[in-house]
Amino acid sequence: MGNGREKASTSVICLDEPGKELLLMGNEAIARGALEAGVKVCTAYPGTPSTDIIETLAGVAKSMGIYVEWSINEKVALEVAASASFSGMRAICAMKQNGLNVASDFLLSLNLIGIEGGLLLVCCDDPSAHSSTNEQDSRPFAKMADLPLLEPSTFQEAKEMTRWAFTLSEEIKNVCILRGVTRTSHARGNVTLGALLPSNDRKVYFDKERQRNTHPVHQKHNQLHKNLLYLEEVLATSPFNQYQGPRQPKVLIITCGSGWLYSLEAVEMMGLEDFVGVLKIGTLWPLPTKTIVENLQKSDQILFVEEVDPFLEGNVKEIAADFSRQIGPKAFFGKRSQHVPFYGEMNSDRVIEALGRILEVRYQARDPQYEAKAAEVAEKIIPGRVLGFCPGCPHRASFWAVKNALQLDNREGFVTGDIGCYALGRGPTGFFLLKTSGAMGSGTGLASGFGKLAPFGFDQPVIAMCGDSTFFHAAMPALVNAYYNKSNLILVILDNRATAMTGFQPHPGVGMNAMGEEVTPVDIAGVCGAFGAKVEVTDPFDLPGTEQKILQALEDSTGVKVIIMRRECAMLKMGEEKIPYKVQVDTRKCVGEDCGCGRLCTRVFRCPGLIWDPGMAKAKIDEVLCVGCGVCADICPGKAIVKEEAK
Amino acid sequence: MRANSESYNLIITGVGGQGNVLSSQLIGQALVRKGFFVTIGETYGASQRGGAVMSHVRISSKKQLSPLIPKGKADIVVALEPVEALRVLTIYGNPETVVIANTRPFYPIEVTSGNEKYPGEEEIKKTLESLSREVYYIPATEKAGQLGLPILANIIMIGALLESNLLPLRVEEFRQTLENNFRGERMEINLQALEEGRKIIWTERTKSFMINPEK
Repeated sequence: MGNGREKASTSVICLDEPGKELLLMGNEAIARGALEAGVKVCTAYPGTPSTDIIETLAGVAKSMGIYVEWSINEKVALEVAASASFSGMRAICAMKQNGLNVASDFLLSLNLIGIEGGLLLVCCDDPSAHSSTNEQDSRPFAKMADLPLLEPSTFQEAKEMTRWAFTLSEEIKNVCILRGVTRTSHARGNVTLGALLPSNDRKVYFDKERQRNTHPVHQKHNQLHKNLLYLEEVLATSPFNQYQGPRQPKVLIITCGSGWLYSLEAVEMMGLEDFVGVLKIGTLWPLPTKTIVENLQKSDQILFVEEVDPFLEGNVKEIAADFSRQIGPKAFFGKRSQHVPFYGEMNSDRVIEALGRILEVRYQARDPQYEAKAAEVAEKIIPGRVLGFCPGCPHRASFWAVKNALQLDNREGFVTGDIGCYALGRGPTGFFLLKTSGAMGSGTGLASGFGKLAPFGFDQPVIAMCGDSTFFHAAMPALVNAYYNKSNLILVILDNRATAMTGFQPHPGVGMNAMGEEVTPVDIAGVCGAFGAKVEVTDPFDLPGTEQKILQALEDSTGVKVIIMRRECAMLKMGEEKIPYKVQVDTRKCVGEDCGCGRLCTRVFRCPGLIWDPGMAKAKIDEVLCVGCGVCADICPGKAIVKEEAK
Repeated sequence: MRANSESYNLIITGVGGQGNVLSSQLIGQALVRKGFFVTIGETYGASQRGGAVMSHVRISSKKQLSPLIPKGKADIVVALEPVEALRVLTIYGNPETVVIANTRPFYPIEVTSGNEKYPGEEEIKKTLESLSREVYYIPATEKAGQLGLPILANIIMIGALLESNLLPLRVEEFRQTLENNFRGERMEINLQALEEGRKIIWTERTKSFMINPEK
């Protein structure tokens, strides 16, 4: 769909059937909410767990008459969305938590600039960092930018909040932020559709009478805070904030987002419905002070249940301090009291644990005998399953060539990594090559720095590795920096023709846009060559050729060298063409442990399609998993792995 | 069987790339059509990259449940890979859990490399049975291979799940959902896979009836 393929589930998003109930992902519900609000321009840079919002909208762009784009990065995405808003249209811009860091530069001006058409920024956080480099909480950005922040607790609410956020945004003439987390955005549940907003005939134009900038800064900053005071009043009556429980609970849980359902379930499982009340806050910034004060008066023991940082916890305590005479002393429990862990996702079990400690109630999930058996099985019987590159992944070959070249070069050269599937290169299937990783494009920025350390005695060669989409997102400025400052580095660009990690979205180098239209691709080699980098292009499946090019680059200790390793992602090819090779192990030639290769194929190369047959004590192809790339045949020193062109 | 209770906790587990997410989505869609509340929480970062994956499918006739099943509260575990059934049981299983397990192992790379050991078939079976009420063994990958597409193992497993009457969902109702998602040849082959899965359970049941008519 990102590349023009229609997903079956996508088309239901634009059904004009109010009242129809569907199973939707939270992100799809957000997309639907935006459509119901009459959104016209939708932008994002892909990032789990936010990607599906814009991907869903891309799939219906033509039929709904909206414009959808994968922008080059989150800051540009917000700028594109803002231009639509300045022209009077409603726009949505989605990103993951790290993306908000990139977009924040513009966001912290845009809040002062103000908007025209409703503008919603959706940011999805990834507690437990399932698919992220950090466990960042994006909510403090709303506080920093003095902008309203909503956080849905259910899939239905994700849709309702999205729709309402556009109205709110237009009312205060400023950006509204909606925060998702993995378990609200990337989970699925029931959603009842509402009506789609009929399109209006408002003229789309930029009012030249107004200058859209941050000046006068003092006055506009003042206005932001006045907006917040006004919003506190409005939000005091919001249906997104609600209390459920007894009139005077022994413990009041204050929660938001995914924490709400976990809290209700925990209370029910422990049978504490008569003793514990749950206050759900859906409007996270500004907090609805009146609602909070009223509820704080119900109990003198307060437990906070929220994901990532103690945001509600800290800010509610601030309100409690302001109103301390009215509400009296409280005992607060949460992350700071360590009744709830500082890290990781929330779940019902964590709420049960916290409530159990506060109320001294025992809860046993399973009988101790079963528990002991389960623990024994987990420890003694179940092997781990580390992530690795897929069978046929071009990255495995690329990392193999880099590993061998660095070994041959023998000067303790190392690799700085980046963000994408190839970040797995820090683990066994990338031969532990990646020695640094940080933000998008950081590998190149770091390499640019290492390349300037020679005068201080630094003599290790440095190779930065980044993907094609990451190159456009953030590595490009770092590479120009390296060239301009006469740094010495090698940048390997793993060009697999997609933003693969997030689901194969197209990028500027692919030749297709988010809506499936053909566009002129931006040639990465041309871009690098244009400012003077020495550029080589290679097919990573040509192992000797690729290795040779890396060695040549390593020998050249001057300037910026770029090696583009170009081969399409194996997943993109799946089902589209026949398997290139029939690969087999010649059991007469494979002598297993006696070979002297140290089981290079299964111990070092580690493709899931290539397994070890303990009975035969030889390597073996798993025919279900092997995609016939044939690379393993080229690494086998005994020529025991044989590839034949498939018929 | 408990196909008439108020809520069901189903976990579909396997290895990235086995069609785990699609399976849970199809079952969820069918149950929402029937008027149930369904919540699905899935691990996905590992999808396509060889990691252990699972979807928590929570079904209720009363309310929207949270996206994660609490510890020890899985009613049904459908495992597209046998060791993954064990992994799930150690956290979410209880003595009443019913397991439907594909018999085909997919070896982790640490097993292939010789750093870790994959348990033998007998050990897996013995352990699965000690942590559950009942286990159905389904040679799903093998049967899918016979249909020409190993990826269909997931639909075969769904066929087995539906035939075992553990969910308030009939095969005809699920077929409708398949039709909403697949067309033409794709639909045909999925229907065949569904029938294969049903047949395995049906045959098993007839066998046990023959051996023990009291049951």
